[in-house]
Amino acid sequence: MNFVALRMLVGDRAKYIGIVVGLTFASLLITQQLAIFTGLMSRTFGAITDLAQPDVWVMDEKVQFIDDIKPLQSTELYRVRGVSGVEWAVPLYKGLLKARLSNGTFQTVNLYGLDDATLIGGPPTMVQGQLGDLRRSEGVIVDEVGARTRLARPSATPGEPPTPLEIGDTLELNDHRAVVVGICRVQRTFQSQPVVYTTFSRAVQYAPRERKLLSFVLVGCKKGEDAHEVCERIHAATGLAAVTREDFQWQTVRYFLKYTGIPVNFGIAVALGFLVGTVIAGQTFHNFTLDNLKQFGALKAMGARTGTLLRMIVLQALLVGVIGYGLGVGLASLVGFATKNSELAFRMPWQILAISASAVILICALSAVLAMRKVIRLEPAMVFKS
Amino acid sequence: MIQATGTAVLCRDVKKTYGSGPDRVPALRGIDLEVRTGELLMLVGPSGCGKTTLISVMAGILDQDEGECRVFEREWTQMSSREKTDFRGRSIGFVFQAFNLLPALSAAENVAVPLLIRGVPRRQAVEQARAVLDRVGLGDRAKSLPAQLSGGQQQRVAIARALVHGPNLIVCDEPTSSLDQETGHKVMELLREVALAPDRALVIVTHDARVFEFADRIAKMNDGRIEQVVDSPKDLGKDRQP
Repeated sequence: MNFVALRMLVGDRAKYIGIVVGLTFASLLITQQLAIFTGLMSRTFGAITDLAQPDVWVMDEKVQFIDDIKPLQSTELYRVRGVSGVEWAVPLYKGLLKARLSNGTFQTVNLYGLDDATLIGGPPTMVQGQLGDLRRSEGVIVDEVGARTRLARPSATPGEPPTPLEIGDTLELNDHRAVVVGICRVQRTFQSQPVVYTTFSRAVQYAPRERKLLSFVLVGCKKGEDAHEVCERIHAATGLAAVTREDFQWQTVRYFLKYTGIPVNFGIAVALGFLVGTVIAGQTFHNFTLDNLKQFGALKAMGARTGTLLRMIVLQALLVGVIGYGLGVGLASLVGFATKNSELAFRMPWQILAISASAVILICALSAVLAMRKVIRLEPAMVFKS
Repeated sequence: MIQATGTAVLCRDVKKTYGSGPDRVPALRGIDLEVRTGELLMLVGPSGCGKTTLISVMAGILDQDEGECRVFEREWTQMSSREKTDFRGRSIGFVFQAFNLLPALSAAENVAVPLLIRGVPRRQAVEQARAVLDRVGLGDRAKSLPAQLSGGQQQRVAIARALVHGPNLIVCDEPTSSLDQETGHKVMELLREVALAPDRALVIVTHDARVFEFADRIAKMNDGRIEQVVDSPKDLGKDRQP
């Protein structure tokens, strides 16, 4: 009877398309909104992801997330180096500075000052130049998106596109001259500001005058040491907060989840997708069953068991579910692919696919249960009513 | 004419009431009726007299409140719901007033449905269905969808569907009421020709006096009772016991 069930479903083309469109829409909206949400959340800790070398980040106890800088005294670096289990510890400056462009306009940039000796914490991928070029006089490395967009030199001719920043170009950071010695590729950050790397000693010259300028201490653990234990030791010895890279990422995400309206906004969009999908698909599936009630009644009269009819409904729900889910996820993937190198944050790990699949299964199950109730209560004698 | 012999259906004091309290509507008020194998029995009478309720009880798709209804020695009330369903699938064929063909299935596939319900593999079921469609003169329309067939052709498909699994009892509800006189006559001729068999009975509910001539016997109902059972339409109105 599977064949009969499928033919009944696809035979009513308008309703079949209506159900599939409803499920596709729900699946697309849920998948896409969750992927954008996940992409945005990933951007909040993009800087931590880029700094892959340190096992442990050391910071002031009051720091809540990566951009919440509460500078430390420079002597803290030496105290951390003295803790058992620490292989190396280097300083990191992180701050927002105003860069003056060649046309006189200002642009806020994210400045990273790396340890002068080791350059630990540098960008993960160099597009042009080398990390070591930072040791050249006044050298800075700029991220390629920033170089192409916000830090680009405006065209002299109105209407023409700006010229991307290139190696050898200069810009002013807090009235200090900086020369571009390299172009790098980094993860997009939440604020999407251009990223500029330089050495720690140069960064503290660029930075506004402050008593404390050490943003973080980056720590590498000795081989065989458990990072969490090292964190505890650092905290016990210095009173500073020390967290592993993964923990710092989650700490940052938790901050954004707790103190911004982002999860609520996306949650509403996802719930809306679920609701609209349920209403469209559920209602159309219900109508489809009502329209076919007489046919189901005839099948029941002719000897089809209720279980057989229920299996037919489940099969129909399964088919529209699989097609709707596939189309929705496929469209969401296309959106992600099309916006791969754009400002749109989009990240679709397998968990999102599983959540979307669960939502579609739930919608189909609800629709099927509504339809099943009708068929279970169906009196075969109704087939003789004209 | 096929000789009527054994008992196909036996109803004894069958009563059925719809609703309860002040809304009670007695549909059957004690029906006694025998349908014999090899005969075509017509149930006739005015609208609301209980004809459809009676064939629903005979076909096991509606439970009577009182009395007994035996079909080929099997009493419906003695069977479980599943046994009833299986018995219907094996032993009873249905022809409906509105044909009730599945619009998305071809004529052959529609005819094959009772076999598919019984678990016959699809290919084999459709082959058997084509053979029955040949018998009702629609062998060349096996692949047509119901919407591509005329009313008469659709009813012939429905008759083929009622026959395909070789049931012992065929119940037809107003099989000619949706058809013009000529097509209705052809459908009745076909029913007599291909559906009647020594081990099978046909019960037809109809309003259509133009087809009474095809009956072996006619049971006239009124107000939930059998008023008369006659051998010929000419005898309708004369006194006779059921």
